[in-house]
Amino acid sequence: MTAPAVAVQRISAPIPWRRYAIGVLYLALAIFVFIVCGLHTLPRTDTTITFNGNNYGALPGLMVPTGVFNTLLAVVLAFIGGAQLANLGRAAWLLGLALFIFVVAFMVWAARGNTLDVVNVAESSLLSSVPIAIGALSGVVCERAGVINIAIEGQMLTAAFISTLMGGLTGNVLVALASGILAGALLGWLLALLSLKYAVDQIIAGFVIDVFATGFTSYLQVSVLEVHPEVNASGQIPNVGLGGLSNVPVAGPLVFGNNAYVYAMVVLVFSIHIALYYTRWGLRARSVGEHPIAAATVGINPIRIRYFNVILGGALAGLAGTFFTLGATGRFDSTMTSGQGFIALVAVILGGWNPIGAFLAALLFGFAVSLQTILGIFNVNIDPNILSMIPYLVTILAVAGIVGRTRPPAADGQPYVQE
Amino acid sequence: MELRGITKRFPGVVANEDVDLLIRPGEVHALLGENGAGKTTLMNVLYGLYHPDEGQILVSGKPVVFQSPSDAIAAGIGMVHQHFMLVPVFTVTDNVMLGVEPTGFLGFLERRKARARLVELSQRFGLTVNPDAEVEDLPVGVQQRVEILKALYRHASLLILDEPTAVLTPQETEELFGVIRSLTDAGTSIIFISHKLKEVMAIADRITVLRRGRVVGTVAPADTSEQQLATMMVGREVMLVVDKDPAETGDVVLSVEDLVVRDERGHNAVDGLSMEVRTGEILAVAGVQGNGQTELVEAVTGIRPVVSGTIQVEGQELANASPRDYLDAGVAHVPEDRQKYGLVLGFPIELNMVLNTFEKEPFSHGIVIDYDAIRENANALIRQFDVRTSSPQAPASTLSGGNQQKVIIAREFSHGSKLLVAAQPTRGLDVGSMEYIHAQIVKKRDEGAAVLLVSTELDEIMALGDRIAVMYQGKIIGVLDRSEATREGIGLLMAGRTREAAEVQGV
Repeated sequence: MTAPAVAVQRISAPIPWRRYAIGVLYLALAIFVFIVCGLHTLPRTDTTITFNGNNYGALPGLMVPTGVFNTLLAVVLAFIGGAQLANLGRAAWLLGLALFIFVVAFMVWAARGNTLDVVNVAESSLLSSVPIAIGALSGVVCERAGVINIAIEGQMLTAAFISTLMGGLTGNVLVALASGILAGALLGWLLALLSLKYAVDQIIAGFVIDVFATGFTSYLQVSVLEVHPEVNASGQIPNVGLGGLSNVPVAGPLVFGNNAYVYAMVVLVFSIHIALYYTRWGLRARSVGEHPIAAATVGINPIRIRYFNVILGGALAGLAGTFFTLGATGRFDSTMTSGQGFIALVAVILGGWNPIGAFLAALLFGFAVSLQTILGIFNVNIDPNILSMIPYLVTILAVAGIVGRTRPPAADGQPYVQE
Repeated sequence: MELRGITKRFPGVVANEDVDLLIRPGEVHALLGENGAGKTTLMNVLYGLYHPDEGQILVSGKPVVFQSPSDAIAAGIGMVHQHFMLVPVFTVTDNVMLGVEPTGFLGFLERRKARARLVELSQRFGLTVNPDAEVEDLPVGVQQRVEILKALYRHASLLILDEPTAVLTPQETEELFGVIRSLTDAGTSIIFISHKLKEVMAIADRITVLRRGRVVGTVAPADTSEQQLATMMVGREVMLVVDKDPAETGDVVLSVEDLVVRDERGHNAVDGLSMEVRTGEILAVAGVQGNGQTELVEAVTGIRPVVSGTIQVEGQELANASPRDYLDAGVAHVPEDRQKYGLVLGFPIELNMVLNTFEKEPFSHGIVIDYDAIRENANALIRQFDVRTSSPQAPASTLSGGNQQKVIIAREFSHGSKLLVAAQPTRGLDVGSMEYIHAQIVKKRDEGAAVLLVSTELDEIMALGDRIAVMYQGKIIGVLDRSEATREGIGLLMAGRTREAAEVQGV
């Protein structure tokens, strides 16, 4: 090829802004940890770290000088920032490590002059992650078949209300539980009907259900539950105490003495994972979420599979909703799900549309939710309204792409029209 | 297998009218016809995707009714669709067994069983494929094998191949023909749908020609010729070769050097490509679909960002310039996806004809659009380019594919451009429209424009190109003069086999 006539202006490879931005963010975190969590407490404050949960005094505590400890953590964080800038090591690992260290530093600072019980923190995070994780399973089941269930929030809220009402009327928690699940499934069926049969945009159909559920439950709360306060008592599902095993140090309270919902969550996560990847139902559902026309050409009915999955997803969201009443407060408050159905959707995305991934993401959000309570215990001088924003801030950071883009099912959210 | 008196109507059109078709065991029966002749509709009827309005389907002499593809599959019919019906993120085994999965306790998949049967089938028919590979990582030729295996796995005794060669290199086509022969030897019947005359002549035992939904006739290859088949398809005499004089080349218009362009997934789709196009010549870029042609065209028209390298039009550096800059530099673009990039389907034809010039005189005065001038322009162009429409105000979506392409050609050719970039200009068009558009491109060349033509159709490349560049994995791996190029040599280059190609071409 002949040389071009004019001077050649070369275009260099694009600068990896994202990598730099995240690296600088880590460095900023390091400085923050050093100044606020380290320097600030340098003179002489100690944090006691214990691993006891409710078995007070079972194991001796670990006493660390807060300032020195956090200054060390700040140095480690700065190293991670450097590694990110120099592109050493996998970005995802660095992110996990940086977040972990930041959280540890923050917790140690918050508990300065006090006792930080790791098992307690883990337990309350686990509990807070229940509705998010089960809600995320609902999202995974629906989206894997190609329907975005943005109605999780509304399904949870309705289930919370119905379970309270039924529990209050019958006094039977199992009836309350079943009616809550059924209410979720019914709203799942409504979403399926709107989006599959009448081809309404899935997002709009789902959002309509959310708005409807908010208004419907708030109205009935005022007109029924406030008038008859004796009905606003769902009852509670008793904790599962696996006998003396819960007295085993560390693992005992964490594994063997829990809210029944925690066990249900773990069982559901793994059984849905196995069902999705190792059974005929799972294979067919995923094929419908990826390429419904291809599924149809081999004799699979995409509409029928989507109906099934969306109703199942609704039932799961219903189960998640009953946690707020039967698994926690025992009574209904208007808008008590406080957007956790939407956070569940974010957990679906962060978890890569995979039940186990979504569960891990839900744990992160569960921690963010429980941070409010934990920091409250330590009397940290932060406005409670700011604390209650934490889970949503974490959500914004998560969706803003710190974790990188994951790949949704190819036909996610797309209608399938039969010829 | 027999079809008797099949009629299928859609609102406003009769797609199939009184079609009879008899398939004998172990034969390759070609179904030949232009796009829109009703081939695919007929096969969808046979496969249970559509229900015929009249007529019946007979299997081994007995009438049957197919409510859905499941019924057709149960009757031993398999179909390889033109757009593969594979789930890209599934493994080969998962794709093959989908819908007929062997399962055990609680519906758990028995993948090992399916895999064993798949391996056995692929060995028996010489269809080599890795059963554990994910489909999206496989080349199209192999994906097609997966589709065939899918049908065989369901015990298909009649296999419908819908335009199976559209995505293959000439060599892959030869391999496919080998597979077809081994299948017919085992007693499987094949329906081979195509609009390519050469292939049909080469592989078919009998050929049925469809035109406007009706059967024109059934012939054996020995009793006919390509010219006769073309006449049957179109209904009139057709020019199979493009009439053109040798190129009179002049100065370099487009010069591309070390161009690197990424695709959506971040891979270097164009990877260090250099080329130049001169006035008065057509540089035809051949290559199997997906070797970076789309990205190349988008880069040299300003649609896609350039990672590195230079693009110059008449010496002016335009890499990463906007589409508007390319327009102003005199680059006309006939895009690959005419409905997505070429037209605003909901806009009237007259506005589509000024999409790139509407803000200039005489169509606008300041910020005011002059609709009279636009209509005048549209009327003139509709006459000049023979666009068949009821009115210039009709939305572009109401036009047939051929006429939509004529609207784009009219728009792009009507302002004096120096460089024409045409991507797959006749894809999906009937032979008549193809003839017309080829003649227009040659005319543009003769007026002194440089033409960059990108096509995956070897016939088009051979018919139009003055020089032929072959693109393979983002690079141009060979440039041949039309006079020295052979189909075989280009085919080898398209498969990346430069050394064998050099032997064939003797260069």
